[in-house]
Amino acid sequence: MDFQGRSIVSIRDFQREEIQYVVQRAMEIKQGRHADCLKGKVLATLFFEPSTRTRLSFEAAMVRMGGQVFGFADPNVSSATKGETLSDTIRTVCGYCHVIAMRHRIEGAARLASEVSSVPVINAGDGANQHPTQTFLDLVTIQEEVGRLTNLRVGMLGDLLHGRTVHSLAMALSLFGAEFVFIAPQSLRMPEDLTAHLAAAGRSFAEIEDMKDIGKPLDVLYVTRIQKERFEDFQEYQKVAGSYRITPDVLSQAGEKVRIMHPLPRVDEIAPEVDRLPNALYFRQAHNGIPTRQALLGLVTGAIS
Amino acid sequence: MNEPKRAHKVYAIERGTVIDHIPSPMALKVINILGVTRQGILSVGINFPSKKLNRKDIVKVENLELTAEVTDRLSLVAPTATINIIEGWKVVEKRPIHLPAEFVGILRCPNPKCITNAEAVRTRFLREGEGRAFAVRCAYCERLYRNPAELVV
Repeated sequence: MDFQGRSIVSIRDFQREEIQYVVQRAMEIKQGRHADCLKGKVLATLFFEPSTRTRLSFEAAMVRMGGQVFGFADPNVSSATKGETLSDTIRTVCGYCHVIAMRHRIEGAARLASEVSSVPVINAGDGANQHPTQTFLDLVTIQEEVGRLTNLRVGMLGDLLHGRTVHSLAMALSLFGAEFVFIAPQSLRMPEDLTAHLAAAGRSFAEIEDMKDIGKPLDVLYVTRIQKERFEDFQEYQKVAGSYRITPDVLSQAGEKVRIMHPLPRVDEIAPEVDRLPNALYFRQAHNGIPTRQALLGLVTGAIS
Repeated sequence: MNEPKRAHKVYAIERGTVIDHIPSPMALKVINILGVTRQGILSVGINFPSKKLNRKDIVKVENLELTAEVTDRLSLVAPTATINIIEGWKVVEKRPIHLPAEFVGILRCPNPKCITNAEAVRTRFLREGEGRAFAVRCAYCERLYRNPAELVV
């Protein structure tokens, strides 16, 4: 499988075998393989929208593999403020580096960048659209902690309407035969085009409002934040947020073995008492951002093949 | 008074493309989406009686042989249309409209946050689904639209 020169823009671009291939390389990196393979390579981190965590994760991944990094973290220092188009910025910067990681608030910006760039572009988030490295690190975590990606029973909880992480993860896991339980208030249910996609792919899913109705035990429960801004009425928000808060009681509803994941940052949707349970994966999940991005950086630059 | 058997309400052409069986009244949209407004002589017939469609429009484009790549755009506004290529007053090729896998440069993405509305980018939409009720997905912002005809520029 050849990833050299390939941009990582959207999880939609990936087949099941390709996803497995990336996940396997990340697991190898965790076992100490591919050390220093990015020596002599340079990553440009272009963050037209600030995201400290994602940027540091990319930079740490590059540096830990022996590579070097330059870039900007604040769009106010970039030439975009002078009115330069994104296309021109990318056409220029791609001559300075071997790979670009970029975040932009405009949807489709990474796709456009990948079309005009002579080096691979890794999408570190384009507005509400895609954040594929997050999906890959979620999959690496599931592979590592559950031991497989196939035929999982996965719960997704919270704001399923706006959450790009749950959309991408559901798309990816559907390639592996997952069945889903979507737990959300009426107003924040999964978008209809996603559930139609799952139905067309022959995947079974249930849409419920109350965790009591989960039914059979879950392998994974993926929790996302319900944002205050999504509600006109503050009392309505408080009611909803309260009933979707994860406490240690969740084990009686979702199963003793359920692995609890969250893309972070969390606010109060997971009670701190849950952190001590062996089921809580979210910090390990965040740490998997490093080997996952190392694998992707290595693959697209041709350093891992 | 006896009418002739085949009256040419829109006169015959020697060479070019005749687009028949356009659902009424889409003829002007057809001309627009084909991009032939400034390309030679066009004749347009609207609201002709039709056995298949009850009412139909006809567009004749003189001296221009439209390729399937161009006419397949009509799947957006006139999927029932038939294409006749004319040479020497005769039909030398007859073909239906096929559903293309993608539409390039003819639709506008209504998402204000899409890069195609922020920068000069040629739009590209990928078809999803088969048959008349297909949807399109913007290749950039990846939003899905169920009424592609509404996105025609």
